[in-house]
This record gives sequence, C-alpha cells and structure tokens, in this order.
Amino acid sequence: MDEALIGGLLASTLRVSTPLILCALAAVLSERSGVIDLGLEGKMLLTAFAAGAVGAVTGSLPLALMAALVVGLALSMLHGYACVSHTGDQVVLGMALTMIAAGLTIVLGIAWFKQGGQTPPLPDAVRLTPLLTGLAAWLQGLPMGGRVIAGGLLGHNGLVYLALALVPLVWWVLYRTRVGLRLRATGENPAMVDAAGLSVKGLRYGALAANGLLCGLAGSYLVLAQNANFVPNMTAGRGYMALAAMIFGKWHPVGALWACLLFGFLDAAAIRLQGVSLPQALGGGAVPVQAIQALPYVLTVVLLAGFIGRSRAPAALGVPYVKAR
Amino acid sequence: MSRPAELPRWIDLGLLPLVNLAMALGVCGVVVAVVGLDPLQVLALLLKGAFGSRAGLSYTLYYATTFVFTGLAVAVAFHGGLFNIGGEGQAMIGGLGCSLVALALGNQLPALVLLPLMVAAAMVFGAAWAAVPAALQAWRGSHVVITTIMFNFIASALLAYLLVNLLKDPGSMSIETGPFPQAAQMPGMHLVLAALGLDWPRTPLNLSVLLAAGAALAVTLFLWRTQAGYALRTVGFSPAAAHYAGIPPRRQVVVGMLISGALAGLVGINELAGVQHRLLLDYVMGAGFTGIAVSLIGRNHPLGIVLASLLFGAIYQGGAELAFEIPGFSRDMVTTLQGLIVLFSGAMAQVAAPGLARLYGWLRPAARLQAAPGAASG
Amino acid sequence: MSTPQPGRAPAVLMQGIHKRFGAVQANRDVTLTVAAGTAHGIVGENGAGKSTLMAILYGFYQADSGTIAISGQAVQIPGSKEAIALGIGMVHQHFMLVESLSALDNIMLGAEPDWRLHVARAQVRGALDALMTETGLQVRLDAAVEDLPVGERQRLEILKALYRGARILILDEPTAVLTPQETEALFVTLRRLRDAGTTLLLITHKLKEIMALCDAVTVMRQGAVVFDGPIADCSLDQLAEAMVGRRVNMGRDAAAKLPTSAAAPGATLLAAQGLHWRDAMGVARLAGVSLALRAGEIVGIAGVSGNGQSELLAMLSGMATPQAGTLALGTGAAARRFDAAHWLDPSTARRLGLAHVPEDRHRCGMVLPFAAWETAELGYQRSPRFASAWGWMKRAVMRQATTDMMAAYDVRPRDPDLRASTFSGGNQQKLVLAREALAPATPPSVLLVGQPTRGVDIGAIEFIHGRLRAMRDAGGAVLLVSSELDEILALADRVLVMDRGRIAGELAIADCTEAALGRLMAGAEAESTDPVAAGAAVAAVAIGQVMR
Repeated sequence: MDEALIGGLLASTLRVSTPLILCALAAVLSERSGVIDLGLEGKMLLTAFAAGAVGAVTGSLPLALMAALVVGLALSMLHGYACVSHTGDQVVLGMALTMIAAGLTIVLGIAWFKQGGQTPPLPDAVRLTPLLTGLAAWLQGLPMGGRVIAGGLLGHNGLVYLALALVPLVWWVLYRTRVGLRLRATGENPAMVDAAGLSVKGLRYGALAANGLLCGLAGSYLVLAQNANFVPNMTAGRGYMALAAMIFGKWHPVGALWACLLFGFLDAAAIRLQGVSLPQALGGGAVPVQAIQALPYVLTVVLLAGFIGRSRAPAALGVPYVKAR
Repeated sequence: MSRPAELPRWIDLGLLPLVNLAMALGVCGVVVAVVGLDPLQVLALLLKGAFGSRAGLSYTLYYATTFVFTGLAVAVAFHGGLFNIGGEGQAMIGGLGCSLVALALGNQLPALVLLPLMVAAAMVFGAAWAAVPAALQAWRGSHVVITTIMFNFIASALLAYLLVNLLKDPGSMSIETGPFPQAAQMPGMHLVLAALGLDWPRTPLNLSVLLAAGAALAVTLFLWRTQAGYALRTVGFSPAAAHYAGIPPRRQVVVGMLISGALAGLVGINELAGVQHRLLLDYVMGAGFTGIAVSLIGRNHPLGIVLASLLFGAIYQGGAELAFEIPGFSRDMVTTLQGLIVLFSGAMAQVAAPGLARLYGWLRPAARLQAAPGAASG
Repeated sequence: MSTPQPGRAPAVLMQGIHKRFGAVQANRDVTLTVAAGTAHGIVGENGAGKSTLMAILYGFYQADSGTIAISGQAVQIPGSKEAIALGIGMVHQHFMLVESLSALDNIMLGAEPDWRLHVARAQVRGALDALMTETGLQVRLDAAVEDLPVGERQRLEILKALYRGARILILDEPTAVLTPQETEALFVTLRRLRDAGTTLLLITHKLKEIMALCDAVTVMRQGAVVFDGPIADCSLDQLAEAMVGRRVNMGRDAAAKLPTSAAAPGATLLAAQGLHWRDAMGVARLAGVSLALRAGEIVGIAGVSGNGQSELLAMLSGMATPQAGTLALGTGAAARRFDAAHWLDPSTARRLGLAHVPEDRHRCGMVLPFAAWETAELGYQRSPRFASAWGWMKRAVMRQATTDMMAAYDVRPRDPDLRASTFSGGNQQKLVLAREALAPATPPSVLLVGQPTRGVDIGAIEFIHGRLRAMRDAGGAVLLVSSELDEILALADRVLVMDRGRIAGELAIADCTEAALGRLMAGAEAESTDPVAAGAAVAAVAIGQVMR
C-alpha cells in the first residue's frame, strides 16, 4: 500500500490518540485507587480553556501549560474533597464537574474575550512545535518504510512523545514501585490497607493529584498543539471515549494505550473512509461514517457484556471508604 | 470520625436540599459577579423573565415538561437501585419512535388515534433503548452507568445515520425529516385555551404538559400504590430482602429500567410532536442530564421532581430572556448553575449535614440526647 | 506444654481495664496476665467482652481506664500501628487480604523494605523463606491469594503477622473455617511457634482446643473475669461451670416443668431427603441432611453455629438451591415434591403454607427504611388479601392488618406509620413473627425460624416463646434453629443435633440427658461411657452454643 498513506494514517492516529492516552492514564490511576472518574470530559475542557486563556493573555507557553496543570490539579482535589474526604457519590460528582465545565468555560470565555466563547488564536510562539523534523527529513529518502516512519512517527510535538513515554512510566509506577502496590491494594481492599497502617485517603488523594496533572496535559494539548485556541465544547466526548478506552484496556496502562490507539485509529480512518465503498462481499454501498464513530462505544459495551474476555474492575471501585470501627 | 445523630426527617428532606440549593446559587452568584454583572439584578430579571408574563410562564412550563419526563426517568431507575444516565439517548430514540409513526401513519389516521399511538411508540422505543443496558447489568453484571453513557453516544450516531441516509427530507438542506402531518402535531396550549375562550400568546407550550403532569401522577401511584412499585423499591433498598420476599431482583431491575426509558422517550412528544413537528438531530440538548439534576434536588419523589422541573424551567427561560436583555450574559450560565446544583445537591449533598446537625443540636439540646441507632449489641 | 519461666515479666499484663459502649459495660475491671512463651486461651460467650479486650490490646479501641504493660514496660496503644511496633500481631477471623495480589505482596504491603518492588520482593522472600523453614508454615508466595485454599490463606495471615515481628500473636477463632485436618496442622504450627518463644493468645469457644493447646486460660463472663489460671490446675467441669453456671441444666428443668403437648404429632408436613451443598470454596456445608416435620411439634436444631444450620434454613425456605436432595412439602392432594433441578423458591414456599423468620432480620426479614405497614407485607405483597387483581395495593387493608398484628403481638409503639428502623430489636422481631403468622390468608402450616431471640430483650423473649408454642398447639410444625441451647431445650419436642453438615442424631426432649446430647454434639469420637467425659463434652458444646 501507499507508504505515504500509511504514514499519514499513523500520524493522524497518534495525533488523535494523544489526549485520549493522557486522560485514560489519568483514569487508570484514579480508578485503580478506587475512585470512579466520570469527570474527565470536564477536566479536559476546563484545563484546555485555562491554557488557551492564559496563553492568549500572557503570550507564554510555560505559563499556559502551568495554568492547565494547576486547574487540573484543583479540579481533582475538589473531586477528592467531595468523594474521599466526604462520602459523595463519585458518579454524580463526575457529571457535575462536566456540566460546570461546559458552562463555565463559555461564560468566562465570552466575558473575557468576547468572541462567542472562543479564546483568541495563539501565535506559534505559544504553541508546541513539531520535533525531530530534521531526522524526519533525512529518513524520508530511505526505502522500505522510511516514509512511514518519517511521516508517521516523527515530526510530532513534544506532548505526543510525552504521552507515549508516560505509558511505561505509569506502568512502572503501578507495578514496580511500592506506592503503586499500595495504590492497587487500595482499590481492591481499602480495609486491609487501613489495617496495615497506611492512609487510604492519602493514597487516593495522591492518585487524584496525578490524575489532575494528566488531565491538565490533555487539555493543554488540545489548545497548544491540536487547535490554536479554545473552542466551546471542543472535547466533543473524548473524555468519555478515554474512559471507554480505559475499560477496554482492563484498567491497565498498556491496555489503555492500545485501546486509545485503536479508537484514535478509528477516528482518523473514519474521515478517510468516508465515501469509500465497501467491497461487494460485505454488501456494497458506502461505509457509514456514523458506524465507525460509534464503534469504540459499541466495542466497550461488548467488552463489558463479557463477550470478549473478562473485564474486572478494581473490587472497591466506587465505594467510599468509611472506617469500620 | 463519629457519625452525628440522625437528622430529623424535616431537615433531611426539606432544609438540607434548600441549603444545598442556596450554596449552588451562592457560587453561581460569585461567577456572575466575576463576569462583571450584578447578581441581584440578574436574579430579578431571571424571575421576571420566567414568571413575569404569560409568554414567559408558558415557556417555563414547556421547558419544565421535558425535565419532568427525564427527571422521572432517573427517579424510577433510582428507586430500583440503578443510576440511569442514559436518559439522553433514550429520549433521542423515543423521539425517533414517535417520528416514525408520525411520518408513516400521519396521513392515514385521525389525531385522536394517532397521537396516543405516537405516545406509545415513544415509550416503547425509549424502553427498548434502556433494555440492553438493563439486561447487561442484570445478567452480565456490566455497570449500568458506563453502558448507558456508551448508549448515549451510540444513539447519537444511530440517529445521525438514519437522518442523513434514510429519513432526510429531500427538499431541505438541513438534516431533518419533512414536517409531520397535521394529525401528528400535538396541539399547542394557545390553541387549546383559545378553544376554551381564553386568549393566550403562541408559545411552544403544548398538550404534553398535561402528559407530564399525568406521568408524574402515574409514577407516584406506581411506586407507592402498586405491588410492582413496592417490589421495585424493595429491590432498590435491599436485594436480599427482595429475594426473601420472592421478588426476583434481576427481573425487577430490568422492569425499572424499561419504565425509566419509556419516560425519557416521552421527551420526543414534547419536543418533536409538540414543537418542532419534525425529527432533527439535536433536539434533546442535554435534557437527559438536567433530568439527573432535577431528580437529585427533587429527592427522587415525583412531587419534588415537578417542583424542581419548574425551577429549572424557570432558570432556562429566565436565562434565555437574560441573554436578550443583558449583553455579555450567555445561556451557558444556566448550564453552569445546573452543574453547581448537581454538585451541591448530589455529590456534596451530605457535606452540610454534620454542620446542620450540630446547629440543630445546639438549638435543641434535647435532640442531642437521642442516641444514634445501632449501638453495639455485644 | 511449656512451663512459664518464673521471675520473667509477663508478655502481656492488662490491669483494671474498663470499657463502656453506651449502655453496655463491655469490660469491667479486667486483669489479664499472659506469661511469655505460653499459649493462653481466652474463652467467653458472645458479649462476654473477650473480643473487646483483644481489640483494646491491638489498638482498635482505647480502654476507658486501666493499664497495659508489654514485657514489663507500660505502654500506650492508640492504634494498630503502635501495636505492631510493640510486637503484637492479630490474625482476624475474617481475613484481610487482597485477592488479586500474590501472597508475597500481601505479606509485605505496608512494610516493604524498598521502594522498588523487585528489590523489596527479593529481600522479603529471603526473610520469608527463613521464617517458613523455622516455623514449618508453608505458603506458596507467588500464587494469587484468590487461588489459595482457606487453610493456606490462614497460614498466610499468620506469616504476615510474624513477618512484622510479632512476638505476641492473637488468634481470633482460628479454627472456625478449617477442616479437622487443617485444624491439626494449625495446632502443630502453633505449638512450634510457642515452643520457639512466641506468646499465643487464643480466642476460641472450643474447649477441646483450649485443653489441647493452651497452658493457661482466662474465662470471661458479662465483661468480667470469672476464672483465671493454668490449665493443669483446672478441670473441664470447673471451666464449664465458671462460664455457664447451671445453665446446662436450666433448660431441661424448665422443659420438664412444662406440660407436654397433649396430642401426638400428626401428619408429615415437610420432608427433606439427602440435602447436599458445597460452598464456593468447595467446603461441604450440607453433607446429606434429611429431616421430617410433623404437625403439632417443635423441632429444634442444636449444634454449634456454623455446622450447616444457616444453609439448611436457606434451602428449606427456598432462598438457596442445594446441589442434590429432595423436598416434599404439604400434605395430601396439595403436596409438592421438589428436587435439586427444580427447587422451591420463596413465593412458592409461601403459597404452600411455609413461613420463614430469617436469622438476619435486618438484611432479609425487613426493609428498614420502609414504614412498619409496608414491611409487614414483605413476602405477601402479591397475595389477594393485600393486592387487587391489577396489582393495586390495598393500603387501608394493609394498615389495618398491621395494626392488628401489632396488637396481637404486643409490638410497641403501636404505630404502623413509623419507620421499621425506629423499632427496638425485640419489637422488630415480634413484627416479623407476627407477619409470618398472620399475614398469609390461612395460618402457615410450617414455620422456619432462625435465632428468634437474638438481640431481643427478656420480656419479648418470653412472649415470642409463648407464640411459638401456641403455633405448635394449633397444629403447625415449627423448625427452630437457635444457638441458645436453653431456648431449644425450653421449646422443642424433638432435638436434632447438627455437626459438620450432617444430622448427628435425634433425641426426644425427654431423652435429652447430658450424656446423650453430649455424645451427639461432640461428634462420634467423643463417644464413651465415661459420664465425666460425656458431661464435659456436653458442657463444651453448651458453652459453644451460648457463645455465638
């Protein structure tokens, strides 16, 4: 097949998957510690707005990034206050955060920038630049896949590579460090962790803090790399898709990565497959783009129904921990 | 951390929700101030816009109608112990159902037969959309919260596919069907009142408002006056007691969700048969999520839901008026307030409870001596 | 048995411990002296205060007053962390393990020596291998806990405590979930630990185990210590009497005074044959139980709790399905037979005239947030009496029925609109019993009742006993499962003894002598003509009865 096409598809996939990967990793950490995170959509939206707003006002990339991280952290701490320190319903809190974010971003956007909710476009200096372009140019000429690698894997901005690098990092923390072991135990049997003399609250807040920072990265990606500014409701359901990817990946960071790449691929392919005819063997006609759009969600339901392997959530997920004695 | 003495019922059901509502309004007021507007002026204009004119009142009731349907949907599922977040998708598919009937039979049947048929179709389609997540939860243990969220997205994709490819009106540029035949249109209240001799401005308010009132009444009777409702509530409180009583918990869960989906499906009657008179893409516009907020404040009781729906209807209508009157005010403030209400009345509902209990104990020392139930029996 | 070394400070010295929970004085001036390197048994009935005392030692609670000294040093134990630091370890009755993690990870959780897991695991493995060789405890360290059988999980819990340096090990009812072979293996391990210098504190109600393993014993009753001393210095009779008083004889005396029911038992109303059931862990909870209930009799199921009584009730009421066995319910034309493939369900049971007062009234028997009049129809909500043909609830009828029930069974306060949770334990139980007796259209022919007077005050106990007798006299059959032996002896016409999932034997109430009951309850191996041993056995079981 056409190398340029493969390369292009690969590049699109990575670009689309990056915010998904970051949010899915955030969800993995939170849910592995026992706290449901349905607020990914809202966190991503508000952090994107923060990055866009601060970037437009200060003209500084580091400040915009910092703003997104701070807002993400604050939202996750609110999440913790309501659900870990108090026994608030985690599902409801997630919904609340998403609703508030949807409204607040536009309200503040209109008030501050008067552009119908958008933030002003950010100049290139404030946005993330493609990296490794020199290497890409050199590899272009190579036969046997050079164009695939050059076009597909190189030339992305820093956040894409960071997201990919964070996957093994999160995996390593969860499965190879002491704190990861304790975190996983908290999501399965918090009473035991408590009896062992550890702080369930501390571990959950820690997971939520990491969750907030990762969501901040996801939000900033939307504004600093993907678009050039914040647009109302720009997350378009990707927070939920990340949640689906996490479930599809069975709450494992590497599984989540593959699921995000799959969903990202479907998204990227959908645009290209539009108008392409199905072979006669499958009945002919055009591929309905809505079918591809719905595929990630359908796949997740099929997985949850237990038809593709077993999907086991952390045993204490969603149950607020109250000291028994 | 010791648990405070149980709050008396009147505080738990009456005062605490009001306190939570006040907190939400307070934070919203802060946001309004940050945006540079006067919170009190905004509040006054909101109330005027919602209730100050016949047209405004009608719009408020029209919005409230949709919220009653989605709020009841969430409440019924909740009484069965399930959180139905799929109201959005169920409303979409319910609307699809009534539209199909309208388009297929609209020219052949009189309104008196057609409209009830459309109502039935909306309920059946809405219930069908809730059936799969319900069955998966009951028999495969798949978490209904996640599956219903997924089904919301699938519904949206399905509706888009059908509208774009099969149902689209060839003569129109927008993604919608052709107009419903006259018989398939729910009469507007202005027409009904005119027939009774009253002059009323033309607004989207239509007969569905009576349907909503009827639904609220029906749900109340169902939950507390029928043995099926009793069974549902038993399962919601204690699956073990339900099993003891010979009530199959799994079947009950599915029944609860089916009723829930059917109620959500009725949104289609209000919005499509009553106002739009055609099927279009995004007519639910988040009503499913507002239903969650409504049910939370309304404490899952139909009466509370009706009142909360009126509250939200007023907020939506007042918000729309405000958007006209005050430059710089956008309708998204309403979404923000809605989210804040869900936050304070839902996720953080019990945060104020210990404070209230302490206050109550301080004001009424006799109440403090009442020992918390469930002391150690050894 | 090891002899305590004189002159060495006791491993544990708790003096003057008082602890009150609301109105209940759980510990009353308790003094406990445990010599180092010995196995010390703590026995007492449910509510005697032994669990509270150990919870104070392990830091779960703080005593209201009193002192604790570990190895001669006065200490404060504000939490389990401090207890662990002092070398106190606890093996709980319900294991605290994360099933999806490996045994090794479970042991080291919270005490990992290094922040890198592979390094930590290597270090811990080394220490554990040494520990396992030294103590003889064998656990597969790399297996996931969910794959380990119960006995191995318990060894894992012990290893967990030892790894944290426990020199004083508290074991709470360790043999409750073990098979006899596993129990033997555990004892071998515990003796080895004791001989190596670990101090053992054994909370158990099984006198046989105390006599087999312990060097000294403390008996508690109603929050106070009633006996304390070396095992060598006491006999079983002394222990039994200290703990139970003359309770063993009390029940039979009471029964002897009551008029025997005038009519001989009538037709067979319920016949169960060969019920078998294994739980999820593969343990046989019912191993071939057969019994028959006849009209006009109360059959008591005696035996230490946990020998299949709860499972038997679940099967007979239709709430659970056995893996093998048959059931015949009803008489004459209305009789129905059920086998394991098509078993009874609760609604069918009710329709066939079977009523059930469950052991756990809060979880199954009532819906606490419901008003009394709503919970008073639980199970009968579809009967024509309470619901019309199209499912409409006859609220007025139900409220009236509830008022009548409350009057007939003296439930107070007599308000059907009050939430079920606000009634006291005794009144709740009376309401449940009233419902089972009066809600059906015709009085039930068979009543299954589990722990009828658990958590019930004295006055209500008498009332409930009277009602059960009345049901029997009216021609019904009552199956009474109770962990209170005196309750069984006071009410039953026949006593069936359950032991390890089977009916060990049956005795008519008049034949219930200490020797006969003891022989059955202690199991076949205690079969002997020695009256002292038989008496000791029945004392052991009686103690066991009232313990739970």
